[in-house]
Amino acid sequence: MSGATLTIGDYQALVSAFEAEAMPAIAGADSVDALEAVRAKHLGRAHGWLRTLSARLGELDRGDRAAAGRAFNEVRVRVEDALAERQQTLAPAREGGALADPTMPARHSWAGVVHPVSQVLDEMIAIFRELGFTIALGPETESPWYNFGALNFPADHPAMDLHDTLYVSDDVLLRTHTSPVQVRTLQAYPPPIRVLIPGNVHRRDPFDASHAPAFTQVEGLVVDEGIGFADLKATLNHFARRFFGAAKTRFRPSYFPFTEPSAEMDVVCGVCNGSGCGVCKQTGWIEILGSGLVHPAVLESAGVDSERYTGWAFGMGPGRTALARHGIPDIRILYDSDVRFLGQFSR
Amino acid sequence: MNISFEWLKAFVPHDLSAEAVRDLLTMHVATVEGFERIRAELDPFVVGRVVESEKIPDTRLSFNKVDDGSGTLLDVVCGAPNVTVGASYPFARTGTRMPGGLVIEKRKIRGFTSNGMLCSPRELMLGDDHDGIMTLDTDAAPGTPLLDVLKLGDVRLAVDVLPNRPDLLSHLGIAREVAALTGKPAGMPAELAAVKGVKRAVRGESSESAGGVSVTIEDAADCPRYCAAIIRGVKVGPSPDWLRRRIEAVGGRSISNVVDATNYLLHGFGQPVHAFDLAKLAGAKVIVRRARPGERIVTLDGVDRALSPEVLVIGDGNAASALAGIMGGQASEVTGATTDILLEVATFSPRVVRAGRRQLGMSTDASYRFERGIDDAAVARMAALAGGLVIAVAGGVIEALIDVGAKPTARKSVLLQPTKVGKLLGDRVGSAETVKILESVGFSVAKGDAGLRVTPPSWRHDVSRDVDLVEEVARLRGYDRLPDALAGSRPSSVPDHPLYAVGVRVRDALVAAGLCEVRPLPYIASPDSGSLGAVRVRNPIGEDEPYLRTQILTTLARRAEYNLSRMQRDVRLFEIGTSFVVAASGDVREEMRVGALVMGARRPSHFTEAEPPAFDAWDAKGLAELIARAAWRGARVDITEGSAGTLWSVAVDGAARGVVRSVELDAPVWAAPAFGVEVTLGRVATAAVAARGTHDYSRGEIPSVRVPRRYVALPTTPAAEFDLALVVPDGVPATEVERLMRRTAGETLESIALFDEYRGSGIPVGTRSLAWRLTFRHPERTLRDKEVEGRRAQVLKMLGQELGISVRAG
Repeated sequence: MSGATLTIGDYQALVSAFEAEAMPAIAGADSVDALEAVRAKHLGRAHGWLRTLSARLGELDRGDRAAAGRAFNEVRVRVEDALAERQQTLAPAREGGALADPTMPARHSWAGVVHPVSQVLDEMIAIFRELGFTIALGPETESPWYNFGALNFPADHPAMDLHDTLYVSDDVLLRTHTSPVQVRTLQAYPPPIRVLIPGNVHRRDPFDASHAPAFTQVEGLVVDEGIGFADLKATLNHFARRFFGAAKTRFRPSYFPFTEPSAEMDVVCGVCNGSGCGVCKQTGWIEILGSGLVHPAVLESAGVDSERYTGWAFGMGPGRTALARHGIPDIRILYDSDVRFLGQFSR
Repeated sequence: MNISFEWLKAFVPHDLSAEAVRDLLTMHVATVEGFERIRAELDPFVVGRVVESEKIPDTRLSFNKVDDGSGTLLDVVCGAPNVTVGASYPFARTGTRMPGGLVIEKRKIRGFTSNGMLCSPRELMLGDDHDGIMTLDTDAAPGTPLLDVLKLGDVRLAVDVLPNRPDLLSHLGIAREVAALTGKPAGMPAELAAVKGVKRAVRGESSESAGGVSVTIEDAADCPRYCAAIIRGVKVGPSPDWLRRRIEAVGGRSISNVVDATNYLLHGFGQPVHAFDLAKLAGAKVIVRRARPGERIVTLDGVDRALSPEVLVIGDGNAASALAGIMGGQASEVTGATTDILLEVATFSPRVVRAGRRQLGMSTDASYRFERGIDDAAVARMAALAGGLVIAVAGGVIEALIDVGAKPTARKSVLLQPTKVGKLLGDRVGSAETVKILESVGFSVAKGDAGLRVTPPSWRHDVSRDVDLVEEVARLRGYDRLPDALAGSRPSSVPDHPLYAVGVRVRDALVAAGLCEVRPLPYIASPDSGSLGAVRVRNPIGEDEPYLRTQILTTLARRAEYNLSRMQRDVRLFEIGTSFVVAASGDVREEMRVGALVMGARRPSHFTEAEPPAFDAWDAKGLAELIARAAWRGARVDITEGSAGTLWSVAVDGAARGVVRSVELDAPVWAAPAFGVEVTLGRVATAAVAARGTHDYSRGEIPSVRVPRRYVALPTTPAAEFDLALVVPDGVPATEVERLMRRTAGETLESIALFDEYRGSGIPVGTRSLAWRLTFRHPERTLRDKEVEGRRAQVLKMLGQELGISVRAG
């Protein structure tokens, strides 16, 4: 049957005519408004050329419609591309150049975060690296000898009560401090030794606002000939000035089985400047670290000549420092890993 | 250890303020952690004297003129029946806050104005007496602070005594230090001046009887010394005020004169003393022995305890009547009906007391001191003093003093080279000063050719080497007085641990990629699936999480769920931490690993992209590559099809290093899928480095020097490129197609990039369309079109022949 009122040849001519008229008009539009007028005339929904061409497809023989549709589509794509291109030329606003509304927000990518405890650790490490310290690491599961015996803990003594210990077996425990790495390092390398030992340690403490059963420690060890308390004080004072901006420190007696003499270092409270406040429990001082001269028994545990070599060591908790410096009231927040908390510390 | 400032002053009269004592102890002895004024609430009260008094008719009240030292007599209305003209009473001026909280104000009572209040003991919280106002037995002038008259003011110092210094667990011990630091002599408190009349002890080696009582020590190793004071005819009752005040000043509760006297010895001298009701000791026998299997005792706290032979007990003729060095038994407790007592003053083995109290899960003031060590040379003296104190406050006579066991041998002396002090402290401390300092805290020093031979006093258990003496000198001079000077340092012989640098690089790469570092607890509820044996903690903090994780992703999954439970849908977490497994050998194997988990939006939303696409598996694959390249710079990284349960395996230079996988979460419906990467950065050696007491310098880790990357000259000729849209049968992986293209495209092929995948209309079922861009370049000249076209034809031919791939039509 041939009810067609339009031949394929006629239709193709119409399409070509459309393109021949539209293209120069687009190229000739010299403003966004002019271009908009062209768009309305040729591609407008109400009575543009496109609509006409699309409607007249129905007038073709069924067998011709596919070919005609292809021709129509090809031209449509070309005209639309030309329009978009001309639009870009006339109004490049959206990509660079003058913006219609420069107050609109920037496009961001996600900001990564170094955990606040790692940030503290990094800063501590950076200061000691300037002083020639290198980084030593060791395992979290340890033998009782490395954790206690080699560090001069008297067997079955109340000193052990300060380290409530998690045991895996009779021979394996979770280290209660990073100090076993002192012994491992002294066994593996000859003096001079200047190392910093960061790592996780475990105590059988309930998980509450001020205790965590696993936490990060960092300790330092210096062993060489002629090392004494004056070097300990000078180095740790330097650290306190650099890290805390502390104008004043004080050293007071303490006890650790693996150091003798042992000392605790305080820095003057940054909140009250020493006059006493809630932060420093009215003492004017904040406890920062434990330290002391390496006990000769520790050197001897590692086969080091304790008459020839002496040394000092210190240890501190970057977690506590992170809590204090950021005003975090509950240690568990450091472990929760809430992305909103972490996001506060992006750099 | 609670120290009463006033009690301390009784041992060592000094003129320091409580604050000065606190600072002195903290800087030289042990940290004072607590500082609490006792009865500070009575500071505002003064002595008031009643000058005139008249009854107000038809009431119980009196109208008085009170002299409060201000120069003006005050009108005061009082309801007490015992107002006496000329007597002195505690007086609260207007504005004074009462211990109960009420503030005294001027007010009118029955038309009479009252300017203050005369107080009863109960109103001052000094007792229950409210029958009348508190008559002061004083001739102090009106206006004198009440606390000056009552001598009730005190300061409680909480001293943090560390395990090496049990000698500081008493007022005497602290007094010795204060004496050494101030130069004031320490001595017996004045309140003990009346204590006397002690008999000579009857001594025995392992057993002795006197006063109708026998004492036997079964094993001297458990109990080197046992002294018993037999006292008959005591009258158990309330303590005298001075004794009650001492006990209350250290936070104790006054119980009775006999018990308070034993506690005076404990807190005053560090000597635990136990009082038995002698009548309740069967056979009047004391036998220091191990508990028998199955034996039981009800202790003073009312707990019925099953004993084992680990526990040392004080037995009588029948049964256990006390846990030696730990706690007395209820059956032989001193009560109001007690008339005859046995006072036990002994030395028990620290180890045995510790083992026993741990076995029983208890700790007492006595066990605390015994397990740290008491002054064993003082035991007989303390027994005599205890007996004397009891009869001074409770009456009775000491019938006998029994002393069984050996006198302690003298402490071992320590040789100290005086130069060592200066060498370690960096200070010139003369030999004379060293001797003076050591002698000030009880050491005896003999000078010899070899150096100073120093013998610690019997109360010190912490001195066995010369460095212990150096500490004495350092702390007593004061750490603050020691010089502060950097020693010239030699470079450390220890290289950085290789894993440290790796960890930092990986962390920085992941942070730059927008991930957040976490540091969670490594404990998990149950062994991770699909892994070797998980390590179980024998005594975990909570039975709900007794295992150590074998995979970081297990921890990250729980942290992701935590975030989801707080409505946080965009989660990007990573951790660099330790994983633990039990190796085939039975040893724990530790690895430093990095885990990363991503879910939710790939980018923050923006007005140009309201809903950014969610992370998918390809992002996770990219993170795996990022991690591997950061950790192993320049190494070959292969991300290949994963084994069961994983998406991909990660290999570095051919060695398996990790996986990429979907992460199953207990997640709400709105949560996006989670993808994870876990890569092992390296082993952390758990084995011993060397035998005890030795070193092995061959065992140190020496990081390898990295082979640097070679420069490749930048091209000077133009590239030629073409795209290939191919129809690839399913089952032919893209890498295989690429491999074939590389093989057949010739040596001018520079790069291949896959840029599209399409399935759907126009593409036959059972195939997909993949499109690559191939770039060619000749190092010296421009490639001719014909050459490139030839390559294209060759590639297509081979693809068709070998993999059944055709060019996509249209």
